[in-house]
Amino acid sequence: MSLTAVNLRCIRQDRVIFTDLGFSLKAGEILWVQGKNGAGKSSLLRMIAGLLKPASGEIQWQGTSVTEDPDGYQNQFQYIGHQEALKPVLSARENLQFWADYSGNRDVSAALTQFELEKIADSPVGIMSAGQKKRTNLARLISSPAPLWILDEPVSSLDTHYINLFKQQLEKHVAVGGMALLATHQDLNLAGSRKLDLDTVKASS
Amino acid sequence: MDKFISLIARDIRLAVRQGSAFTMTLSFFVVAVTLYPLGVGPELNILTRIGPGVLWVGALLSCLLTLDRIFQADFEDGSLDQLMLGSLPVEFMALAKIIAHWLTSVVPLILITPILAVSLNMPADGIWAMMLALLVGSPVLSLIGAIGAGLTVGMKRGGVLLSLLVLPLYIPVLIFGVAAVEAAIAVLPMGPHILLLAGMSLGALVICPVAAAAALRLAVE
Repeated sequence: MSLTAVNLRCIRQDRVIFTDLGFSLKAGEILWVQGKNGAGKSSLLRMIAGLLKPASGEIQWQGTSVTEDPDGYQNQFQYIGHQEALKPVLSARENLQFWADYSGNRDVSAALTQFELEKIADSPVGIMSAGQKKRTNLARLISSPAPLWILDEPVSSLDTHYINLFKQQLEKHVAVGGMALLATHQDLNLAGSRKLDLDTVKASS
Repeated sequence: MDKFISLIARDIRLAVRQGSAFTMTLSFFVVAVTLYPLGVGPELNILTRIGPGVLWVGALLSCLLTLDRIFQADFEDGSLDQLMLGSLPVEFMALAKIIAHWLTSVVPLILITPILAVSLNMPADGIWAMMLALLVGSPVLSLIGAIGAGLTVGMKRGGVLLSLLVLPLYIPVLIFGVAAVEAAIAVLPMGPHILLLAGMSLGALVICPVAAAAALRLAVE
């Protein structure tokens, strides 16, 4: 399993955000994307998830361009954006169940247990705190598993206990050959993670 | 197919839990149509004459009220990103949301039409024709509306622009919809009008999800 980005260029409203950006990610690796606000972290992650088209350059999955073989790349990744993608009138379980159904999976109870959500699983998301919503959103990683995790600020609004819990999940995922692309401001001290600093990419170009 | 149905089921469940979607359009439709007898006066021939047009225009405007919600709520909370990334093709995702909109926002209008038609002194033949014409023609409202909703999804105040984009495209449905009912009231064959409405619905069914999907791909960038 490998993900490669070659000479990516991102232009937002006539402004070049980054250019000539390249990296590669193999099974068992974590790439920590760093950069100031507006350096293009979220844009890069949306690009890898296929929501944003690169102005030039290409993204390769297993060595094949994802624009040539979109079906091979589909369902290979799980994107967690900074928005929660949860419906306030549905419970955590119903929200997760829908996304699990939508990606062709069934069981969500394991995901609820692993993110310690059983107690609040049946209360509507609308009354949850920001941290509880974040955990419900992160639980999608377990209920709809995929080899590549694309995580945009996954630990924002989590307390230290749940940050550690998330770290364990991430390390477990990587240990069984998964990979992750992670953008956070916080240093999670993850063993074996490599850094991609968008500020230096821009400076060197 | 499971995914398609699960998306429709989710949207219906959301509409039921929130409740406002049903009641808002329905009350607007009732109030808007009831204003006509009050404004025009209680002359029965005039009401019979304008009845089909009033009901159709009322249905079009009520439908507009909820159109912007087809994709807006999902766009705001990030669900749209996830829906676009799913293995269901974006065209079918859009179609599922269109069907859910039709079921939750347009079908209630059709069901309440007979009561309103009576208040407009419409004869029984006309009432059946009205319901049939709405049933066959109203999918076009949701289908065309979805293109407008997709194009305006990222905008803060897209509602007015959406109306301007979509209403002119509703004109053919309005013309043939009213014509079908008037034909039925005048005891003339209404088959050709209904068939034309059906043709429009089928045409829109093919074109609109594709166009809405293209609009959505631009919107998430």
